[in-house]
Amino acid sequence: MVDNLGERIPLTIADWDAKEGSVTVVFNEVGRTTHKLASVKAGDSILSFTGPLGLPAHVEKFGTVVCVVAGYSTATCLPIVKALKSAGNRVVVIVRAPTKDMLFGDEPLRSAADQVVISTGDGSFECVGFVLEPLKEVMQKEKVDRVFTAGPVCMMKLVANTTKPSKIPTIASLNPIMVDGTGMCGCCRVSIGGETKFACVDGPEFNAHLVDWASLMARRCTYSIDTHSPVRYQCLNCAQW
Amino acid sequence: MPQKLNLNRVEMPRQDPHIRGKNFKEVALGYSAEQAKEEADRCIQCPKKPCVSGCPVNVDIPDFIEAMRKGDMAAAVRILKSKNALPGVCGRVCPQESQCELECSLGKRKAPVAIGRLERYVADWERQNKAVMPPAPPLAPPTGKKVAVVGTGPAGLTVAADMAKLGHSVTMFEALHVAGGVLMYGIPEFRLPKEVVQGEVDYVKSLGVELVLDAVIGKIDTVDELLANGYDAVFLGTGAGLPMFLGVPGEDLCGIYSANEFLTRTNLMKAYLFPQYDTPLGMGSRVAVIGGGNVAMDSARCALRLGAKEVYIVYRRSKAELPARHEEVENAMEEGIIFKFLTNPTRFLGGGRGWVTGMECQEMELGEPDASGRRRPIPKKGSEFLMKVDTVVVSLGTSPNPLIAATTDGLKTTNHGTVVADEKTGKTVKDRVWAGGDIVTGAATVISAMGAGKRAAADMHKFLTDGQK
Repeated sequence: MVDNLGERIPLTIADWDAKEGSVTVVFNEVGRTTHKLASVKAGDSILSFTGPLGLPAHVEKFGTVVCVVAGYSTATCLPIVKALKSAGNRVVVIVRAPTKDMLFGDEPLRSAADQVVISTGDGSFECVGFVLEPLKEVMQKEKVDRVFTAGPVCMMKLVANTTKPSKIPTIASLNPIMVDGTGMCGCCRVSIGGETKFACVDGPEFNAHLVDWASLMARRCTYSIDTHSPVRYQCLNCAQW
Repeated sequence: MPQKLNLNRVEMPRQDPHIRGKNFKEVALGYSAEQAKEEADRCIQCPKKPCVSGCPVNVDIPDFIEAMRKGDMAAAVRILKSKNALPGVCGRVCPQESQCELECSLGKRKAPVAIGRLERYVADWERQNKAVMPPAPPLAPPTGKKVAVVGTGPAGLTVAADMAKLGHSVTMFEALHVAGGVLMYGIPEFRLPKEVVQGEVDYVKSLGVELVLDAVIGKIDTVDELLANGYDAVFLGTGAGLPMFLGVPGEDLCGIYSANEFLTRTNLMKAYLFPQYDTPLGMGSRVAVIGGGNVAMDSARCALRLGAKEVYIVYRRSKAELPARHEEVENAMEEGIIFKFLTNPTRFLGGGRGWVTGMECQEMELGEPDASGRRRPIPKKGSEFLMKVDTVVVSLGTSPNPLIAATTDGLKTTNHGTVVADEKTGKTVKDRVWAGGDIVTGAATVISAMGAGKRAAADMHKFLTDGQK
């Protein structure tokens, strides 16, 4: 929450430094609150920052893990990639990044993962299909034990559809709208195999093959039409509507 | 003494229903000085003081009323606050009709003394006359004991105030960005102005209580970590924050909210002042609120004030079984909320963009009383009908947030998710840990949580001063 007129929004921790007492977050400027947050200058303070919330990422030795990420998740997946690697996994990261900026610097990822595939596509940010070809290639070349995906909902859905036939355990880090983030309001409820879960306390990681993607997409768009916001995000190629 | 006793209470002025339905300003306007004096004069100062035992925190009711009658408002404040840290809140939201006022001797003849309204008058007088208030009585000398209070709703604030007065060093931990719990996020401005709540929180802080905001216990520190890090005792007052849903098809459609989300957006985040405030609330023009409690009434009345054209309360039993306070039901009816009794939703229908467009309902009839003592609603076969709605608020009640129980070893919980604690002392089965309020009882009232807080504070104090084992 940026100021006392502000809104509570969920952000993913991208890095931290316990010694310095700092937490790093990365976000896209897509609406009024992220616009406000982007206007904060070095040395400024914000009203409220709460966390960590939800459950920690599930990390153990799985074998080969493919991480498919895009958008700000390219930055926020780094701690998970590092943890998977140090648990003894072979980690392949497939990044969808239409511009160099959206890579958030590929060096940290390259040094953390065994292999990084960068899919730049044709520069149109909306088209998420470009991660699927590299994913299928990896799946053909080697035995994949687990897939982790984070990023735009439509991309996660397509990744889930791609791995479902070969029954590769696939975990999606879901990002529904939240208010309190402590399990109080149910705004972030998602349907997982027909069961209602709260992403803020039961998540954010869920079995991607059981997620009701249509409902998640619709709920994410509840407030997409905010005529008062200085910046507005529009999913131009969204298949949903 | 008055020559002839007036058997009718002095009415409290309220905003006109047609006007108040369009604003978030307080509905009940409070007594004037003359009205307060007139009502205070009705108290007969009976020797048995049945009202005191009717109060969960045993406020010395006849004494503060007597001080008012003598015109010594500062004394009235002192007497009231010696037992109740949150009089401005209690004067507004306590169900006095089933507590102190139910026991009032005058009630046997006609209308009981309007104790709640007088309490509110005293609290409001203090807020407006800070400058002339004599200094508060000194706190007990420091005991050197440290107490952690988890949650800053009515139970937590009460424990914090009582323990601070007894000389303990108290830290309150609050998950949200403001203290007050349900008083801030749940109860709407028009029933309990946030300025009043903030005033009470400030009072508790003025007793030397430290407040840590944005601190989710169970995440940032566990209860065991608090105990290991220097706190001698911990009080759990995290309330019942987990919303229940109907579990019928279509409930995840857009435009369907838990009452918690609807009220949190409206009250805590001030969505009614959007876009000046950043938090939006997507609401249509035909709103159905499912449920019959105070929270359902609050949600319906908020929806009306947010500009809905038609607001329905959909309740599966009849008017007689409504769990909401009579006064709130009356207020809602006056404002034009439409009640659909003996009606239960069976599924929700959606339209474009996944937004709710309708609700299939079933008519009900009442059978034999169930475990709750209320007559059980039974669906009427073939009675399904469709209600056109574009916003739904599900207000079926709440259960405790499982976070604390899940992260604390050795705490006992029931199948309802409530924490097991001794009714008289609030002591849990875990060493040095007490609990009270909705986390123990499930969703109940502000004052019952405060009563539990008072009892827990007394027992914690006993333990910290002579019970150390």
